[in-house]
Amino acid sequence: MSETAVPQLELGRIGEIVPRVDGIPKVTGEFAYSSDLQAAGMLWGHTLRSPHAHARIAGIDVSGAVGMPGVHAVLTHEDVPGAKRYGLEFQDQPVLAYDRVRYFGEPVALVAAEHPEQARRATERIRVQYEPLEPIVDPERATEQDPLHPDRPTMGHGYRDDPRPNVVRSLVIRHGDPDAEGEVSVSGVYDLGIQDQAFLGPESGLAVPDGEGGVDVYVATQWLHVDRDQVAPCLNLRSEQVRIHLAGVGGAFGGREDLSMQLHGALLALHTNRPVKIVYSREESFVGHIHRHPARIWAEHRATRDGKLVNVRVRILLDGGAYASSSSAVTSNAASFACGPYAVDNALIESTCVYTNNPPCGAMRGFGAVQACFAHEAQMDKLAEALDIDPVELRLLNALAPGSTLPTGQQITGSLPVAEVIRRAAELPLPEPEKLPRDPLRLPGGSGNTTRGEGVKRGVGFAVGFKNIGYSEGFDDYTAARVRLHADGSADVHCAAAEVGQGVANVILQVARTELGSDDVTLAPHTTSTVESAGSASASRMTWMASGAVRDACRAALEERERTGGGEVDVERVYRHPRTTPLDPETGQVTGERVHVAYACAAMRVVAEVDVELGLTRVVWIGTAQDVGKAVNPQAVTGQIEGGTAQGLGLALMEEIQTRDGLITNASFTDYLIPTTLDMPPVVSELIEEAEPDAPYGIKGVGEPPTVVSTAAIVAALRAATGRELTRVPVKPDDIVGL
Amino acid sequence: MRIELHVNGEACEADVWEGESLLFALRERLGFPGSKNACEQGECGSCSVLLDGRLVCSCLVLAAQAEGHEVVTVEGLAEDGRLHRVQEAFVAAGAVQCGFCTPGLVVATADLLEHNSDPTDDEIREALSGNLCRCTGYAKIFDAVRLAGA
Amino acid sequence: MDVLTPRSLEEALRLKAERPEAVPIQGGTDVMVELNFDRARPVALLNLNEVAELRGWSRQDDRVWLGGALSYAEAMEPTLAAALPALAEASRTVGGPQIRNRGTIGGNLGTSSPAGDALPPLLVCGAEVKLASVRGERTVALSDFLVGPKRNVLAEDELILGVSVDAGVSRQTFMKVGPRNAMVIAVVSLALRVDGELRAAFGSAGPVPMLVRSDLDQIGSFPQRVAEAASPIDDVRGTASYRRHALRILTKRALDRCLW
Ligand SMILES: Cc1cc2nc3c(=O)[nH]c(=O)nc-3n(C[C@H](O)[C@H](O)[C@H](O)COP(=O)(O)OP(=O)(O)OC[C@H]3O[C@@H](n4cnc5c(N)ncnc54)[C@H](O)[C@@H]3O)c2cc1C
Ligand code: FES
Ligand code: FES
Repeated sequence: MSETAVPQLELGRIGEIVPRVDGIPKVTGEFAYSSDLQAAGMLWGHTLRSPHAHARIAGIDVSGAVGMPGVHAVLTHEDVPGAKRYGLEFQDQPVLAYDRVRYFGEPVALVAAEHPEQARRATERIRVQYEPLEPIVDPERATEQDPLHPDRPTMGHGYRDDPRPNVVRSLVIRHGDPDAEGEVSVSGVYDLGIQDQAFLGPESGLAVPDGEGGVDVYVATQWLHVDRDQVAPCLNLRSEQVRIHLAGVGGAFGGREDLSMQLHGALLALHTNRPVKIVYSREESFVGHIHRHPARIWAEHRATRDGKLVNVRVRILLDGGAYASSSSAVTSNAASFACGPYAVDNALIESTCVYTNNPPCGAMRGFGAVQACFAHEAQMDKLAEALDIDPVELRLLNALAPGSTLPTGQQITGSLPVAEVIRRAAELPLPEPEKLPRDPLRLPGGSGNTTRGEGVKRGVGFAVGFKNIGYSEGFDDYTAARVRLHADGSADVHCAAAEVGQGVANVILQVARTELGSDDVTLAPHTTSTVESAGSASASRMTWMASGAVRDACRAALEERERTGGGEVDVERVYRHPRTTPLDPETGQVTGERVHVAYACAAMRVVAEVDVELGLTRVVWIGTAQDVGKAVNPQAVTGQIEGGTAQGLGLALMEEIQTRDGLITNASFTDYLIPTTLDMPPVVSELIEEAEPDAPYGIKGVGEPPTVVSTAAIVAALRAATGRELTRVPVKPDDIVGL
Repeated sequence: MRIELHVNGEACEADVWEGESLLFALRERLGFPGSKNACEQGECGSCSVLLDGRLVCSCLVLAAQAEGHEVVTVEGLAEDGRLHRVQEAFVAAGAVQCGFCTPGLVVATADLLEHNSDPTDDEIREALSGNLCRCTGYAKIFDAVRLAGA
Repeated sequence: MDVLTPRSLEEALRLKAERPEAVPIQGGTDVMVELNFDRARPVALLNLNEVAELRGWSRQDDRVWLGGALSYAEAMEPTLAAALPALAEASRTVGGPQIRNRGTIGGNLGTSSPAGDALPPLLVCGAEVKLASVRGERTVALSDFLVGPKRNVLAEDELILGVSVDAGVSRQTFMKVGPRNAMVIAVVSLALRVDGELRAAFGSAGPVPMLVRSDLDQIGSFPQRVAEAASPIDDVRGTASYRRHALRILTKRALDRCLW
């Protein structure tokens, strides 16, 4: 198995619109995604998954599968040589289930066979004796039910130790006087269903044994090194015996932060001493990865008569599902952003995430801020109405600015142009209403041909949101880059930053070419074996962090060459953003200067048409102004805004993982719907390029703010069109019609 | 079972399992992994190919049904090492992010422009409504179609 | 698994008689999903793609013959669309272009899904399904052909040849409600045809798509009648109460379209 070839292309420097380095192989079909890999003697792996949301495992009998045609290995938890559990934050997730299964689709056994069909048929012959247990499915009751993890893997990690069962993390932020009264108060309860990342490239990869007890895994992931650090202990190998290589990634959006096939493929490869490929089906992908946390949010906003926020009180309940994944960070993020990008002197914020037997939840683009934004923006509109103030004015009046203090006690020292994004988005001219008759494609209901204009009302919505960039709460967040200068003047750059489609490969090359003043720079394969960790391609951090690391490594390399007077140079540098510190477990107040390193905000204006009789919608137009810092590649920035907005539109209108007693009932693209070409309107993007003082080149992350804000903005437009409260997303036709 | 067909103008043959899709056969047996396997249920269009000149999802064609027929995949669009104008336009317009949808969209766009060289915005949207993209929000894909059509 | 590929109708009927367990596959847009998702493992597949007799359509006076292999894309072409406008409108709502190029009317009949979008337009046009086996041919009214969710009267040695419909002068339309603006399975759908009487047929609102008829002077009460004829359920795509509500609105709108 050769390394996945990294495409190379002539391209430019920072700030230029440059075509993607991997663009040509991606349009010709040559680009090798994780599902495209092959190796001589390759076997196909398949995973047996639990049909129950909660059951005791009384026994597993693999004998029926072992002798099946083409079958080379059938493995259960007994075959896991090292640690039996892994996890991003807490090691609470079994490599393969033992004793009990805690969610629908939990991996129980593995098969490797010569053809995927043989693997499937053999998997069917594995007999697992399940004793079904009552599933915990109501997050509001989870803290009163029997613990799903009696050994409490989440306790003693420096967070507030909540004595109740099934609490992953609970957090309280007390800011100012939490009892402060206002002259006007509005309150509401808001709900969000489970959203899925629904990246197009299903989980897949190829594990290749090295013949010396180690293994190479070629996989689509977001963070190579943390995959390795979870895989190696379970295989009972040293970390250098496990090499993770980035194969082509078909989208990620948070859904590839957790392990999928990495460990399972490696186990099968080591057992069979053959390369093993695993490719999830779409159905398996839906059950095989974590989702966005569903949430219920209670909010009360108190303000003065003239619209100044006095006190914001919010309670957030997140359903983490069966395993923690990154729930504890999501819990705190939701709390951090609960009040929105507004200055408020007093706040009481409670955020809790519980374990249940529902599908496990973790990272997804927007990471806690999406849920918070949906609630705080609905509240701001409610407040504007109660006060009879223009909603945009109300937001401007309360907008955060550098120097403001956040509910966590952190003062904003960097850039955060909230008022500017609000003003610029509000100034975008709205499209004129289109005349009738029109093609049904341009009416609510689209190709369904349901209206010629009957029942159609138009509404305009507005929302603002913000989110952190980078890892927070004292996490040691760093990225390494290695630069090699060759005698012939060429250079190559090693950085494990995962190219997940966002364009970080371009960023790395643009920075290196800018710093080295040369176009003869190539990007080496992303792997754990030649360079230290890059951290995760998440939290809108990768552009900032990779730029910092590559910049530092390039500068060090030039100095080194200067010092040695030419010849080969090989240097590696680690870049860290300014340090963050944890929240105080009792007060939720920052214990140092900052809990989050920096913030980015966006405002969005939406025009929607709603068929109020049928409850069908059409988003007509979206205009947004986003605080993007220095735009390294403006085309890629608007691409992130448009794509991030589409995901928010999906959550607003159609996307939801549905469950019955913990079992997913719509694990397919037939019933989990994501926006099509006929659902996405044109998006007008205004880029506000205000430099982030602490970041290399003034960069900010851009991936998440559009997703944070668009769900809220779209639902605001639907409220304006219908006059209904619409407190839950995705909004259903029933909610609009009022059934 | 053994099947014979033409892929991108060349005669090919392969041993397939009877229940296999054309997509699987192309990707795993015939050396054309360009068509993508995002859903294998006809919903995403990432596996789009031309079967006897008609745009279809190769995941929904039984490999055995392609016996004796002509298939064109994304790998067959570039000629003499020159990108097809649709491929060029996708790169130039920034219509590619993760790219998993791209092969299918490139084939669907080439098919659209073949039949309608100057499509309206509505025609573009309708013609590509069987191709999901999760990354781009489609705006730059529409730009690419207009660029290639121009 | 075996794949049988007959080259003529006669051969197809013979093979079906010899191997009644063989599952016919035409466009494959239903059958392949079952295979790919490991929901079905038939012992044999009968590939009908090479049977020329199933293709195309023809017109005889006021009736139109649609071959079982007629695709949705073909049903949308102008001449046929002029004769059967509701079927053309319904075809435009089916899947995306790839599905419309490959999916067929015969396959929609074969699947007999309550959500099959070709079925309501065919029902309002008095469709008669022609079935054949080595034993001979028979014709069954579409309303008798459909007997339950994904169930029909096709005998195990029979194939669907096609369907004959009334294409006489009439006003007709088709509408379909889905949770997004393209590529959806109907939450509820409705076809309406007005000639000498009112004929509505709905999908996804009962175990089978169903025809409701009324005199022309019953226009005012017709939406309510259609909604009452439905027996919808709650499922992942929608609720029973919404379906009933939507049927009333759709019928009213369809009447407005066809009467003014
Ligand atoms: C992404 C996607 C979207 C879809 N959207 C829609 C939609 O919007 N509306 C809708 O109604 N359907 C939809 N479908 C379902 C499907 O496309 C239709 O039911 C289509 O009409 C099936 O036709 P086919 O030729 O592909 O059938 P096949 O899959 O080939 O066959 C379907 C069934 O009919 C039987 N059959 C086929 N031909 C014959 C024959 N001549 N004699 C006897 N039995 C026969 C088969 O054995 C099988 O049981 C969709 C499917 C997909 C994958
Ligand atoms: S893989 Fe064929 S349509 Fe999705
Ligand atoms: S670019 Fe990723 S799915 Fe389209």
